[in-house]
Amino acid sequence: MTTASPTIDRPVSPQHKFVQRLLRGDQIAHLITLIFASAIILVTALLFFELFRSSALTRQKFGFSFLMTTTWDPVALEFGALPFIYGTLVTSALALIIGVPLGLGAAVFLAELAPPRVSDGLAFLIELLAAVPSVIYGLLAIFTLIPLLRDYIAPVLRSTLGFLPFFQGPSYGVGLLAAGTVLAIMILPFIISISREVLLAVPREQREASLALGATRWETASHVVVPYAKAGIIGSIFLALARALGETMAVTMVIGNDPKINASLFAPGYSIAAVIANEFSEATSDIYISALIELGLVLFCITIAVNAIARLLILATTRKSTAHS
Amino acid sequence: MISRRTRRKITNFVMFAMTGLCAAVAVSVLFFILGYLLWQGGRTLNWQFFTQLPAPVGETGGGFANAIIGSAKLLLLASLIGVPIGFLGGVYLAEFGGTTWAFIVRYTTDLLNGVPSIVMGIFAYALIVLPMKHFSTFAGGVALGVMMIPIAVRSTEEFLRAVPNSLREGALALGATKWRAIATVVIPAAMRGIITGIMLDVARVAGETAPLLFTAFNNRFSSPGWNQPTSSLPVMIFTYAIAPYEDWHRQAWAAGLVLLSLVLVTNIAARFILRRQSLVLRG
Amino acid sequence: MKRVVSIVAFALGLAFTSCGSPTASSDSTKAAPARQILINGAGATFPYPMYSKWFDEYHRKFPNIQINYQSIGSGGGIRQILEGTVDFGASDGPMTDEQLKQAKTKILHFPTVLGADVAAYNIPGITEELNFTSDALAAIFLGKIKKWNDPELKKANPSVSLPDKDIVVVHRSDGSGTTYVWVDYLSKISPEWKSKVGMSTSVNWPVGLGGKGNEGVAGLIKQTPDSIGYVELIYAIQNKMSYGKVRNSAGKFVKADLMSVTAAAAGASKQMPEDFRVSITDSTGPDAYPISSFTWLLIPSKIEDPMKKKALTDFLEWMLTDGQSMVEALSYAKLPAEVVVMEQKAIAQVQ
Repeated sequence: MTTASPTIDRPVSPQHKFVQRLLRGDQIAHLITLIFASAIILVTALLFFELFRSSALTRQKFGFSFLMTTTWDPVALEFGALPFIYGTLVTSALALIIGVPLGLGAAVFLAELAPPRVSDGLAFLIELLAAVPSVIYGLLAIFTLIPLLRDYIAPVLRSTLGFLPFFQGPSYGVGLLAAGTVLAIMILPFIISISREVLLAVPREQREASLALGATRWETASHVVVPYAKAGIIGSIFLALARALGETMAVTMVIGNDPKINASLFAPGYSIAAVIANEFSEATSDIYISALIELGLVLFCITIAVNAIARLLILATTRKSTAHS
Repeated sequence: MISRRTRRKITNFVMFAMTGLCAAVAVSVLFFILGYLLWQGGRTLNWQFFTQLPAPVGETGGGFANAIIGSAKLLLLASLIGVPIGFLGGVYLAEFGGTTWAFIVRYTTDLLNGVPSIVMGIFAYALIVLPMKHFSTFAGGVALGVMMIPIAVRSTEEFLRAVPNSLREGALALGATKWRAIATVVIPAAMRGIITGIMLDVARVAGETAPLLFTAFNNRFSSPGWNQPTSSLPVMIFTYAIAPYEDWHRQAWAAGLVLLSLVLVTNIAARFILRRQSLVLRG
Repeated sequence: MKRVVSIVAFALGLAFTSCGSPTASSDSTKAAPARQILINGAGATFPYPMYSKWFDEYHRKFPNIQINYQSIGSGGGIRQILEGTVDFGASDGPMTDEQLKQAKTKILHFPTVLGADVAAYNIPGITEELNFTSDALAAIFLGKIKKWNDPELKKANPSVSLPDKDIVVVHRSDGSGTTYVWVDYLSKISPEWKSKVGMSTSVNWPVGLGGKGNEGVAGLIKQTPDSIGYVELIYAIQNKMSYGKVRNSAGKFVKADLMSVTAAAAGASKQMPEDFRVSITDSTGPDAYPISSFTWLLIPSKIEDPMKKKALTDFLEWMLTDGQSMVEALSYAKLPAEVVVMEQKAIAQVQ
């Protein structure tokens, strides 16, 4: 089967040539896919534009001090983003503190120490965790994690580490600690699966050389493989961070919804995503809505930055390992 | 005095155990989630839930048929938006890529992927709900559809790239034009992967709640058409979970079980299809 | 693969052609000849149990009319009716003059029921009813009274052994008419509250956890020991929560119930303003419950769709007559007779 293009020997006009090429279908295919691909750019630009435009009121009124003020007063129309930025950062940091050691440990186990069949099987199950919707994590957290934290874990923490300002004050169950813990569980599958891939991408020669020199498998893993894959692992951590920053539902359900800054992790807090979810459909004045949208813009910018760093780091590792293999 | 060698061996064993414990914790979370939902939701789930509308506040009984139908409508609309743009965008990047414009498209796709879901809701509210002057299934579908785009693009592109060049070159050598080669040879070869990518994408947005909060809003009834607000499984779970009524909690568990089952089944099915796909390509 | 896809597509198609309205709890399979009318409303959680029952009953009576009401808080009700994204709103905090100015079409207030904010609490081991003075309530919510066995609380409750535990305050995280009623009362009886926090549907709370909707607050209180919060009466009753008596302006500790709420409205209904916006918190009268309130439906004065307009005005009529007979079962108080008469006249204002 051939798609014979009309072979014409006599000279043809440029229009005719264009139509010829068009008829060959390549141009059309190129054009169609180009249009759809460009739709993506259009949508993203529209998103930015819409966010920017709708937050104009507060941007003009407060300027950069919006990011530093702690008041969130819908009555007096004084809005500041700091409590939400604080809540978002603290819960995400907590998620990393809990999730990274756990996740890295599991990734090292799966990539280095476990037999391949076990590794594949477990990795599959862990990736399923990533598919669980956020609202279901929230649902479970309300009825299992909150009572657990309030009745068992918080008293223990208070009695052992109570000298630190992080573990003082009354514990309600809901609060920054609860949100951080839920986030930790939610980002675990990301850290594990990406770190595992990155570790598996480390060239075999490195491992073999280390083992040949008499190192145990753990020593190989900790002294050779992990440092080699360091950039990629950090990249996975950043990706997980980006995910944690934008997480809405599970956090809303357990964070306590109080726009205050508190050193104690037992205290209730508020994150950017949670306040938008709770207050957006009810913001009764234009400037209130503008404040919420500006918060959304701030969150978006933070996640862009974190994602960009993550990609660079992951790219760096894969380059490195392909260069050496 | 333990010899150095033995100490190292013990460390090896201990770390093996500890990291294994980490992995076990991660996996056991999954089983805990599944088990708890099965226990709590399984008790309450019965045929009634799939066919009845919710009962008035404070009364027991009723179901969430409207939420199921609503979710189905939203996902259909989302796919209509997300799949064409995602698929064709992926084709563009894989087959016609390499140019600066392609680089911009890829970068923008990554950008779009990083948009927090709540911000997507704001976007759809400003773009559709306000001009239309009401909440609608349409707005919710658009919000979800835009969320689907980046993943659809990336997975399509990856699977197309995974098709060996020999197939492309073979088709071209036989005289096919570029588009014919792509449409009849490359895409079918990657089809399984692309479809699983889309399945996973749909499963992911099926669980999204935040973008629907002020677009599709919520609806006690099931209204025909696309112009009215609609209930959906995730929003219903959220609303019922934070309420004080015991009966609502039970229904939230049941709905959670339904949602999770659908999502997990889709994920597992996708992976099985993929496994056969990779065998095909290797052979 | 192709077959799977086509089967799935076929199944989906089937699902959609049959996606009319599935059966409500009461099956009405008789084909309704009239056009399906869907009316969307949103707003207060305060009267949600009542509205939910009313709209359900009304749908049973007229199966072709679906009134979809979402309880997102009074703040939401006000916002969405101003934006025009819903057909009617609902709020227990009447719209302020500035808010009314923002409306493109004039918004009319229609009182529906009388309800009360109660101080619900969850103290393990305490089953007795607590007495709260107005000052005590203000101090608790300002964060000045921090423990349950504070002397001021003990003074009002001499026979109860209050525990030495921190008080967990629970308030609303969303824009709420229930909040409005509560802080309206606190502003009246506590100058410190008025200057420090003020009153609106959403305020800058000095202390406490935030719950979404009356439902969220009730849920939080139930799950958090040593907590106290404000919810509408029916939520406390339906969820079997303890709630305390409040001292009214006559000095008597009154429990919220049909009589005390009706007593609170007695004075105001004689002087009901034309637009029905009135506050009845801290009202005079020996038996009045001091934290009572009307709650209103916010209806635009001009509705474009004639069928929707008729459906809404018919509903209002029904609400003022048949609907009122259902309110006491849910522990809301009926509207005073004078108010009902005024409202029936006012329905004509909806064009």
